[in-house]
Amino acid sequence: MTFLLAIIIGVLYAAGIYLLLRRSMVKVIFGLIFLGHAANLMIFTVGRLTKGSPAFVPEGASQVLEPFADPLPQALILTAIVIGFGVQAFTIVLFKRTYLTLGTEDLDNMTSTDQLPGGKS
Amino acid sequence: MNRMLMMPVLLPFATAILMLLFQRKIVLHRILGVLSTTLLGVTALILLHGVMREGTLALQIGGWDAPFGITFVADTLAAIMVAITAIIGFTTALYSIGTINTEREHYFYHPLMQLLLMGINGAFLTGDIFNLYVWFEVMLISSFVLLVLGSRPQQLEGAIKYVTLNLLSSAIFLAAVGILYGMTGTLNMADLAIRIPLLEHRELLTVVAVLFLITFGVKSAIFPLFFWLPASYHTPPIAISAMFAGLLTKVGVYAIIRFFTTIFTSTDATLVHQLLLWSGGFTMVVGVLGAVAQYDVRKLLSFHIVSQIGYMIFSIAIQSPLAIAAGLFYMLHNIVAKTNLFYMSGLMRRIGGSYDLRKIGGIYDSYPLFGLLFLVPALGLAGIPPLSGFWAKLLVIRSGLEAGEWWLVAIALGVSMLTLFSMIKIWNEGFWKQHPQSDYDFATSTYHHLGRLDKSMIITPIVLLGLVTAVFGLWFEPFFTMADHAAQELLDPANYIESVRGGTL
Amino acid sequence: MYSVILATASRYLLMLLLMFSVFLLFRGHNEPGGGFTGGLVAASAYALYFIANGLDAARSILRVDPLRIVVAGLFVAMLSTLPSLFMGKAFMSGIWVDTGIAFIGKIGTPLLFDIGVYLLVLGITLTIVFSLAEEDNR
Repeated sequence: MTFLLAIIIGVLYAAGIYLLLRRSMVKVIFGLIFLGHAANLMIFTVGRLTKGSPAFVPEGASQVLEPFADPLPQALILTAIVIGFGVQAFTIVLFKRTYLTLGTEDLDNMTSTDQLPGGKS
Repeated sequence: MNRMLMMPVLLPFATAILMLLFQRKIVLHRILGVLSTTLLGVTALILLHGVMREGTLALQIGGWDAPFGITFVADTLAAIMVAITAIIGFTTALYSIGTINTEREHYFYHPLMQLLLMGINGAFLTGDIFNLYVWFEVMLISSFVLLVLGSRPQQLEGAIKYVTLNLLSSAIFLAAVGILYGMTGTLNMADLAIRIPLLEHRELLTVVAVLFLITFGVKSAIFPLFFWLPASYHTPPIAISAMFAGLLTKVGVYAIIRFFTTIFTSTDATLVHQLLLWSGGFTMVVGVLGAVAQYDVRKLLSFHIVSQIGYMIFSIAIQSPLAIAAGLFYMLHNIVAKTNLFYMSGLMRRIGGSYDLRKIGGIYDSYPLFGLLFLVPALGLAGIPPLSGFWAKLLVIRSGLEAGEWWLVAIALGVSMLTLFSMIKIWNEGFWKQHPQSDYDFATSTYHHLGRLDKSMIITPIVLLGLVTAVFGLWFEPFFTMADHAAQELLDPANYIESVRGGTL
Repeated sequence: MYSVILATASRYLLMLLLMFSVFLLFRGHNEPGGGFTGGLVAASAYALYFIANGLDAARSILRVDPLRIVVAGLFVAMLSTLPSLFMGKAFMSGIWVDTGIAFIGKIGTPLLFDIGVYLLVLGITLTIVFSLAEEDNR
């Protein structure tokens, strides 16, 4: 299982970085989303995969039964997903607004803020 | 006392909600903004006083003991940073009243500013690395929206670069946090400081450290990772630029200090400290060379942010107590001087009619006093005694000499000359030479038509920050003692760890 | 695109989904569910209604501006942190009151916080959906 997940994480990172390097804005968004997913899966995997019950103390017992799954990585992922959701929604709106305002979705055409004023392009 | 720790976060949050509840009352927004940042200043002073008297303070949120719950910690460094944030927040709140147009104010400018302050304070005070990630995101989201507020084409274009690179760095941050948790089983900074030296499998340690370095490197705009900054910081209105210029990159520097002194000591991640050292040198040079070519004041100053970050990174990488103290003092001085210069550039445009130095001039003739107000932060930044920059640079150079980094010291001195050159360029072009349009009438400038209140709201922040720069310079010792104290605490985290573990209510 | 079947169904589904979302919200403390999930379900209910009946209909059945819901959510969440400050406990400690009523059981600040999250998620999701939809119509 760990092996499989490791491969998936690797593929996600590769695809994410590849897409991020494209000139089209839509692909950049997908790249960012893939990188977010890859990071989440990575937390899930490196936080140890244990087949076990939730870390709740059963009724009548005084401590958690072994084996239990570590709840913390899942809490981290949940938080990261929520934050990612908000940020990605904002990014999509921003990119869309930019496309409508500038009339292009080719990132190579967006160099005006990097140029010297009055300098030639 | 410990409950005060929540206030720098809770106060801006409550203010933002209050503003949003009265959505259309813009005047109320302005008053609340000033009021809340004033209170923030008071809170920060109480906090600073408490930390100086009682040592590091810690608060376990929700009563869950460290290292299981989230801990808020204020050591001297964090308390100083919160105090300086309050100062910048306060002056920006004033400056916004004079400069931000009503349309932007209706689009939640003031609440967003409060949320930004909340994110920054949270990042300074938290003692948990995942929580730090969350505060970074709070800060980033509010800064994203502030950056595009008004959506002019330039702003959108700058925002795309800013957003994409910052999201990339957040993804790297997240991955690094995950790996570090997998290795150590903890996220608490104090606990990490204990566990990392005891780790058996150290292979991944350097990898994680480099991942963190890249993350914070992007946020603080160090050498190979700074491109987004000069591409975006000059696009929003000047009050927003000034706030970003003063504080946002410094949060990244703060994180670098925290991570690479307390958590990863120089024996744990030697490679990273070497990288930091050279990256600091390159950052100084590349930033200042970028600035020399510019004629847009805001762009020129944006490149200077990068260059100045180099000094801080350089001194942090040396890791001696004097060097860390120098880096901290440099950061304090730089936040104040840089924000002030941005305010000043806004004033220059309102008087001269443009941000482009080739299109303005003669301000000194018509407004001699503003020339003086410009010279305080400008010469302070360049390092002319007796202003604050002189001491900051002296300390950095001295710690560099003590560490035997001759080359980097030589670079730092050369860059300092170029900084002075840039400042003189702004002075010559903007203040000294005749206005290029020989019939330009200063009585037609936007500034001239402002009401008395708006004028004073623009001038007061500049005067206030100028005074702070002068005080840092003339009354240097207490501030250095504080920075020195903070550096001692960082290099010997025993006290920090003790407070976090024993810190309950 | 207008579909009579979807439009009719969405009216009943809206009620059902909203009830389900409240159910999720209240069982969330000890069992799967919670404010975030509940808020998302509620938002999806309105989103479905919007897809079936159009933006204006969805806005009018919601009655308030989604941003107001966001503010309300933030406000409620902040309120939930205040009792801990005044009762001298660590910040954000959960404080429970036993009502003694069998069906309700204990209520406390975590529940209040969850309600805040519910409103926040509902408001933010709808703000995003509506603003994206609005730009399409322009």
